[in-house]
Amino acid sequence: MTELLLFRDIDEPGLATIDVYKRRGGYQSLERALRMPREEVLQNLLDSGLRGRGGAGFAMGKKVSFLPKGAIDKYLVCNADESEPGTFKDRELMQKSPHMLVEGMIIAAYAADANRSFIYIRGEYEQQAEILERAIAEAEAAGYLGERILGSDHSQSLVLHRGAGAYICGEETGLLDSLEGKRGNPRLKPPFPANQGLYQGPTLINNVETLATVPTIIKLGGSEYAKFGTETSTGTKLVSVSGNVQRPGNYEIELGIPSREIIYGLAGGPERGRDVKLWFPGGSSSPVLEKKDLDLPYDFDAMAKAGSMLGSGAIIVVDDSVRVVDVALKLAKFYRHESCGKCTPCREGTNWTVKMLQRVESGEATPMDLDIIASVQDQIMGNCLCVLGDAMAMPVSSMVVKFRDEFEAHIEERRAANGLGAPHFDAPLDAALHGAPSGVHA
Amino acid sequence: MSALSGGHGSELAGDVARFGHGSRIPGWDDPVDLTKEPAGIPDPALTPVPAELRARIEASMAKYPDFRSAAIPALHAAQDVHGWCSPEAIEQVACVMRLTPAYLTAVATFYDMFSTVPVGRQAVYVCTNISCSLRGADELYAAMQEAAGDDADLNVRAFECLGACDIAPMASVNGAYVGPLELADAATIVAQLRAGEEILPEKQLLRRKVADPRAASGGGDAAGDATQSAPADAPPASAEAEHNASAAKAPEADHSDAADRLFPDEDHGA
Repeated sequence: MTELLLFRDIDEPGLATIDVYKRRGGYQSLERALRMPREEVLQNLLDSGLRGRGGAGFAMGKKVSFLPKGAIDKYLVCNADESEPGTFKDRELMQKSPHMLVEGMIIAAYAADANRSFIYIRGEYEQQAEILERAIAEAEAAGYLGERILGSDHSQSLVLHRGAGAYICGEETGLLDSLEGKRGNPRLKPPFPANQGLYQGPTLINNVETLATVPTIIKLGGSEYAKFGTETSTGTKLVSVSGNVQRPGNYEIELGIPSREIIYGLAGGPERGRDVKLWFPGGSSSPVLEKKDLDLPYDFDAMAKAGSMLGSGAIIVVDDSVRVVDVALKLAKFYRHESCGKCTPCREGTNWTVKMLQRVESGEATPMDLDIIASVQDQIMGNCLCVLGDAMAMPVSSMVVKFRDEFEAHIEERRAANGLGAPHFDAPLDAALHGAPSGVHA
Repeated sequence: MSALSGGHGSELAGDVARFGHGSRIPGWDDPVDLTKEPAGIPDPALTPVPAELRARIEASMAKYPDFRSAAIPALHAAQDVHGWCSPEAIEQVACVMRLTPAYLTAVATFYDMFSTVPVGRQAVYVCTNISCSLRGADELYAAMQEAAGDDADLNVRAFECLGACDIAPMASVNGAYVGPLELADAATIVAQLRAGEEILPEKQLLRRKVADPRAASGGGDAAGDATQSAPADAPPASAEAEHNASAAKAPEADHSDAADRLFPDEDHGA
């Protein structure tokens, strides 16, 4: 048994073609799965403990089991709208091993008894869409897609749908609206997509990496797969390491290894003479962690315990040459741009956060603004239909809390440079916090 | 006759005037002509649609249980033909799909890749999100703008994360991902676009191997793939390129003990 499950043959020349993929054992899991009853495939998925690789980390088998049984039109949608800043693992899989995804989708659709399936790929991935389109055509020609696949009772169509550039379409209900030909506004939940999703039908939505792992699970058996990783974070995970590291890229790791091994061991750590200042463990939407958190095991639970999340598995490393204010502002601007505008806390909150951070940046702010920034984040959290607003609020508030000293020093420095002197708001703030300052006594 | 045809095109094409901070300058929403009927579904007899575009839209519509799902593919097709989602393009899509231009305009304005103002046909998207900007994307974007100058054929714009932080800083040139880019590459890209050449072949993402060293060594005859190896005569242009070359050259030496520590030969039982 090899340690690399997804990346084992990834750089094999021609792996994107069905011939090479099959020579490497491809589509054998599908043949095996189609000989099993649906319940057995589902049981394997449940046994594997596979948690969704898109960000939320929800158990995939459980998600499949939520779909109602019976003869209704059910849908499988693959979320390939990989737009979370710092994430590029799905791109690697789709461009190098598209058949792995196609095979996983057929097995998952069989388990869920879904006959129509879609891949929603972000519009910017034009090259990857072409590769997938070819792979789907090959799979159709080989009889893996279509009516009564390999003589079983399972029929399935697979349509590749290109988006057109909107981060919000990575949110599952936004994606569904977009796939229905609308603006990608998230929907109110419940009803959840498992009950009412695409075209109001029961819909299973999974990330590319999740679905691409399914053939491996069938090959090994669910309980065998669960032996990788930790008890609650099973299997291997692709991590995309980027930012201030020497060897940015995708690495396949077993969940639960120390984070330091990934950032330093695999990605080489920051350039010589630089040190890690902060890092995002799961894409730009995850609360930042500090240097001292580098020894935490990299799995779903340890990251949650540290107050952050594993998210999409995208580690962004920021070294000590970078000002945290710049990072916060860059992020806030991104979320302001991508907010769909449907919910007020997110639409206004992202805009206000950008404006306040710009004041901090330019030296017009006072330390009190940091408190206001934090309170705005609090008011965004949990108050919208989707988590885009939260996705800004979490990292920004974590930065303001953990690097408050640096924010304050920055404010002071820029105020001095602007000739503004000490912030005059300090006096009332000090009075509130520490009692009346000296010299103000009546 | 559709209200979107004829002389209205130029009015709709104009960008909305905005303040520096993004809000629209008063007057942008001067009252519409309320005596006019809203544009209905265009009349096929009065709306010529290029045959190729019609075929592409109809093929897209046939793929989905609900034809409306083809809105985005259809707008992609129209933008390919017209260069941007002009009122004329929207009207043609509306005519084929039997939808109102308003519906399609609402969709087109939502997505970043659709432009409702005229833009150059050669799209250069420079990623300026966090991972790329940590590696100099903002400077690259400025260099790219300068290299493009006022060439109306080039659509150079900053873009949110394009999902290629491993080759940061990077750009998508007409859909082809290239990186990691140096500032000097900006001029090369512009020259190659004007000459119609392939963009920076040695920096194309599709020719790049996975960073994980064990994937490279475990891939059997992967090392024999000539298209993926860097050209031998190209000297490393910078410390970063040099670094990439060395990482690709000696992954085993670099990582073997790290890999051993990650996956010791012990029982995987939890």
